[in-house]
Amino acid sequence: MAHIEFTQITKSFKDHAILKGIDLDIANGEFLVLVGPSGCGKSTLLRLLAGLEKWDGGDIKVNGQSLKNLEPQDRDIAMVFQNYALYPHMNVAENMGFALKLQKKPKEEISRRVKEIAGLLQIDHLLERKPKDLSGGQRQRVALGRALARQTSIVLFDEPLSNLDAHLRSQMRVEIKRLHQAVKSTMIYVTHDQMEATTMGDRIAVLKDGRIEQIGTPSEIYHQPKNLFIASFIGSPEMNFMEGPVVHKLPWPEARRENQILGVRPEVFKISQGPLLPQELELGSFQIELSENLGGQQMLHGRLEGQTVRILVDSAEQFYMNQKVPVKIDLTKSHLFEKSNGQNQRLQEVKDFKEPQCPPGFA
Amino acid sequence: MIKRILAWLSVLLFAVFSIYPMLYVLGVSLRGDNAFQSQSLEILSASSTGKNFIDLFTQTDFLVWMRNSLWVSTVTTFLGVAFASTSAYALSRFQFRGRNTMLFSLLATQMFPPTMLILPFYIILSKLHLIDSFLGLFLIYSSTALPFCIWQMKAYYDTIPKELEEAAVLDGCSRWLTFYKIILPVSAPALVITALFSFMASWSEYVIAAVVLQDPQMYTLPLGLRSFQASLATQWGLYAAGALIVSVPVLILFISISRYLVSGLTMGSVKG
Repeated sequence: MAHIEFTQITKSFKDHAILKGIDLDIANGEFLVLVGPSGCGKSTLLRLLAGLEKWDGGDIKVNGQSLKNLEPQDRDIAMVFQNYALYPHMNVAENMGFALKLQKKPKEEISRRVKEIAGLLQIDHLLERKPKDLSGGQRQRVALGRALARQTSIVLFDEPLSNLDAHLRSQMRVEIKRLHQAVKSTMIYVTHDQMEATTMGDRIAVLKDGRIEQIGTPSEIYHQPKNLFIASFIGSPEMNFMEGPVVHKLPWPEARRENQILGVRPEVFKISQGPLLPQELELGSFQIELSENLGGQQMLHGRLEGQTVRILVDSAEQFYMNQKVPVKIDLTKSHLFEKSNGQNQRLQEVKDFKEPQCPPGFA
Repeated sequence: MIKRILAWLSVLLFAVFSIYPMLYVLGVSLRGDNAFQSQSLEILSASSTGKNFIDLFTQTDFLVWMRNSLWVSTVTTFLGVAFASTSAYALSRFQFRGRNTMLFSLLATQMFPPTMLILPFYIILSKLHLIDSFLGLFLIYSSTALPFCIWQMKAYYDTIPKELEEAAVLDGCSRWLTFYKIILPVSAPALVITALFSFMASWSEYVIAAVVLQDPQMYTLPLGLRSFQASLATQWGLYAAGALIVSVPVLILFISISRYLVSGLTMGSVKG
């Protein structure tokens, strides 16, 4: 059971401010992902919580108790490191049971718990091996197992999948999610990969330059980005941004002002056919320059009103080079950003957008 | 093919060239005192006997010297490893005032030729009344070997990822326990080399021992061997037999730890 509160956390290294007042409230049993470009302070935040660094100002509390004077080993926190940090002179079982041994748990209990977690991670056949005899994916599982075997109330992940290949990474993503449901610890996961963030997190906190730009569910962050940075950082393929005369076509009052940027995700564009729905707007003629086949869908690269745009459409449709097609957008899913400060002008309106409801058990 | 044969032949030639003197010493140890005056290159001859080896153990203080040498080398090695492993850890992991100065001062001590230090060492030891005592020898041997050992250990610690220690701290280790349970075992190859260096530095050292030790009962092996050399007659047979026996522990040490000399224990702990 761990409810974590960060209040006005600041941290500097020499003259360089890394964290500039972080407020964050993480519910018990939540899976929170901290995401942001490198150097945004996300790993530092994790290390402060773990006790590997000391913060300058503010406070971190777990279940109402400040961590300020608690040593790392007394915080009931386990951590999975990016480079695994397995003890090279111990075999897998010893690695996983090391913390329990230090806690002077009876041998039978250690071996039972190690076997249980190893079973969960499907590494029970590797228990006698040394880290150097394992593959990257296996080492990652052992590192995960070492953190889980302690049954701490908080588990931290510092970019644990960034050394794995794409296939293994997607496999481990699911696995970590599944483990979270099984062990119910509060988990904080740091990554720079927005894909990992949106697929894994119950909630996502997007960091930039030592500040939290937005906190919300993956769907909130994706559909209601607060500003230009989040809109461009979250989502793959990236959102399209358009400036100039095309913006003035929009029926919104803000769109008449200068220096506005229209943001439309590639899948929000549709090839116009037939009459428009009330929330739709025909934006103009799109000239196709290139098509990328992504399997089920294809990405059309081309120009719309003189600006480079990417549109995601079904791959069954046939297009040819330099073909011109009329395209429309759904206004309820489009965004308008103020150029000077990047703020999303239409956040209130977009907020009315309802997330599709998942059937119970799939959330 | 021809290249390989040439390479093989030249290696063989070098091997014979470097091993022949040792075989010659073996030959001398098995012959009489005048063997060095013999003109022949043969190693074993009809007159070869094991008499010199028997005499070495029964007629001389060889065993006493051996015991002294083992004692001095073991203590020096122990001190060297203990001090080098801990101080190098501090220099590698902690940031403190004077850290760089300290590292460079250690390096600077290596720039003076050891013979230059004999007189100062003698004066210091005589003021401390440590002439003719093993303690004096321990002090000098470990202090002269330490700078190199510290640098060597530090270089190795620097390659150990700090995440390994952080993981240990989160697992519940104190700083000392992290050092003892994680860092030291991982550093085994460097520790072995440091130990070997300290051992060798004291095992075969002659000049300082000759200055510090004056009582023949306290002689170390190099001093003992030297005592076979008299102004009128040198007992070359005994000398050669002693020299061979002196090299045996070093040989055993090298063979037994050779697997550590090929490092690589950290492989696999972090991404690789």
